[in-house]
Amino acid sequence: MLEIIKGYYAYFFLVAVFCIGLFGMMVKRNLMKKVMGMSMVQSAVILFWIVSAFKDGATVTVLDPARAVEDADLYLNPLPHTLMLTAIVVAVVTLGVSFALLIVIYRRYRTLEEPLLLEKMQ
Amino acid sequence: MIEHARPFDLAADRCGPSSSPIIRIASRGLAPLIQIIGLYVFFHGHYSPGGGFQGGVLLAASIILLRMGLGFANTQTVMPSGWTVPLGAVGGLIYIGTGFFAVLCGGNFLDYGVFPMPWLDPPHLHSYGILFIEVGVTLTVMSTLVAIFDHLLDG
Amino acid sequence: MKLHQALVLLAFAAVLTMAAMQLPARGDAASPANRVFNTRGEPVAGAHYISHAEKDAATPNMVTVILADYRSFDTLGETLVVFAGGIACLFILRRLKP
Repeated sequence: MLEIIKGYYAYFFLVAVFCIGLFGMMVKRNLMKKVMGMSMVQSAVILFWIVSAFKDGATVTVLDPARAVEDADLYLNPLPHTLMLTAIVVAVVTLGVSFALLIVIYRRYRTLEEPLLLEKMQ
Repeated sequence: MIEHARPFDLAADRCGPSSSPIIRIASRGLAPLIQIIGLYVFFHGHYSPGGGFQGGVLLAASIILLRMGLGFANTQTVMPSGWTVPLGAVGGLIYIGTGFFAVLCGGNFLDYGVFPMPWLDPPHLHSYGILFIEVGVTLTVMSTLVAIFDHLLDG
Repeated sequence: MKLHQALVLLAFAAVLTMAAMQLPARGDAASPANRVFNTRGEPVAGAHYISHAEKDAATPNMVTVILADYRSFDTLGETLVVFAGGIACLFILRRLKP
């Protein structure tokens, strides 16, 4: 049991973050809160990649003269870090675009609550 | 007849200078510090965690802090709102231009090893090529984030 | 919160937890993604990048080398996506006088 908690607690935490984000996207009626939930889901996925790149006994992916570069076990896997580095910036920009869409919706319907919005769209 | 509204007049109305002198002075003092850290993160990206994306975000953060502390109209001299999207395009063009410069020198697209600098060996050519395209990435990220902030304020 | 929403959330959490239990443990250096050769005997990209980044680009930071050298075409796409997001904000929020 302790082995499972030690090896998998990060994954369980990320499942919790993902489900909280999904809760926000599914249950909340305000579009702003839905966007916040979407951002939490993005964060959970990004953190999942970073956690999966971790290795015991390894150091960060900057060359250390004291460690041989041929032994791949001495450095973290740099590929997930790279992919998520770009994904974070793209996530920020998509958040900006979604806020712009929300502003346009608010400008037209004067509300962001989903039931009122559906009512006014009739 | 559809006519464009004058851009950014609403943003100047909505985002005036802060009424608290503490916020005004603190933002004026912190912004150069954040810019220095941003430039350090950008130029030191070869040797420590950092690079174009992070440095660009830090530079954008300093400009947005100035915008929020000192007001929209007062910080147009730091980064004019009409320049943000053209600067982003310039960043993208620097990136693509580096790629096509390698094509002109007889290599593949974005293959830095063929740059005509014979006093450098190929690994160092790659190092300088990385620096060139990071300049483009930094410009694009910084100006795009400032542009998104300005347009959201104007919306 | 309706019942079917709660059921969907619980089912999703259960599926995700079960899927996470099948993954290699955190920090497992012997997992297929972290070894030099994977289970089919093919070289893994991460180990190749670790051992070749400094030699190929004279840059100690492997993440920068992968971002801007090995995968620079990918980064070109990401940069253009960022720029396209800015353009999209401009065109969504542009005010038109009636």
